[in-house]
Amino acid sequence: MSQFRLEVRVKPRPGILDPQGKAIHHALNSLGWEGVDDVHVGKAIYLDLVADDADAAMEAAEAMCRKLLANPVTETFEVSLVEEPVGAES
Amino acid sequence: MRVAVVTFPGSNCDYDLYKAAQQVGAEATFVWHRERGLDGYDAVLLPGGFSYGDYLRAGAIARMSPVMEDVIEFARTGAPVIGICNGFQILCEAGLLPGVLVRNASLLFAGKDVRLRVERADTLFTGDYEPGQILRVPIAHGEGNYEADEATLKHLEDEGHVVFRYVDAEGEATDAANPNGSWHNIAGIINDNGNVLGMMPHPERAMEELLGSTDGIGVFTSLAASLSAVGS
Repeated sequence: MSQFRLEVRVKPRPGILDPQGKAIHHALNSLGWEGVDDVHVGKAIYLDLVADDADAAMEAAEAMCRKLLANPVTETFEVSLVEEPVGAES
Repeated sequence: MRVAVVTFPGSNCDYDLYKAAQQVGAEATFVWHRERGLDGYDAVLLPGGFSYGDYLRAGAIARMSPVMEDVIEFARTGAPVIGICNGFQILCEAGLLPGVLVRNASLLFAGKDVRLRVERADTLFTGDYEPGQILRVPIAHGEGNYEADEATLKHLEDEGHVVFRYVDAEGEATDAANPNGSWHNIAGIINDNGNVLGMMPHPERAMEELLGSTDGIGVFTSLAASLSAVGS
């Protein structure tokens, strides 16, 4: 078993109203960054978990997203490995 | 009528609901979210509040509470379930109602009285209202913006599952009367079977003249009447 660190990015689905993104977009424009066309706000969740291998860790994280971490009605998710295994356990 | 009021960590309208149920003659009992079993209850009420601090998404973690297995089972038997505010959010997260409640379009917490139009006066929860009746009921939420995919929204409208809509003084569902950006000014919906109601406004806070409105009483008297009709 090895330890893995995974990053889960949860993003608003395209077309779903994203009022936070809109407010930040407006703020950036008013600060002078007029080239900013659109802003979306999601969240990043970091998981440290123990699994047989990287595939198993990814699979577990995706299952967590479907069950709890993301709401499929309004959100999409992506999971990625952010580090090589940080240590091995017996 | 025996009513279970489920309390989650962070619920803050559980006593209001308990009192509202008592006011219409129900025997109310608090059920802690870790308890199991809802046998013997005629209706289950999920209160408003901020269960688990609204972490992750409003209602998402409360939905995983042990008692929710029983609430889902209870609803599947066709027995009445009402979720108000955070309770509505939990029902959506649990899949008992379609869609989801996201951040208010204004990004601001909305705490004020609103007007609601009764779209359906023939449900278990609204029989004591007149169709089209305008109610004045408070809201208090930061995430009450009802969203769903297009097929779901069409289904809700086609099947008449929208029970309450935010309206202005003339009874029109205008943008100005919409406090949170909800699609089609939706304030409350029922499920396909008609036994699960979710609504963002707080009828349990509109039960006393002293507190400004008694327009919420009808939800609870309607429920009591529906249940006694079944029992008789």
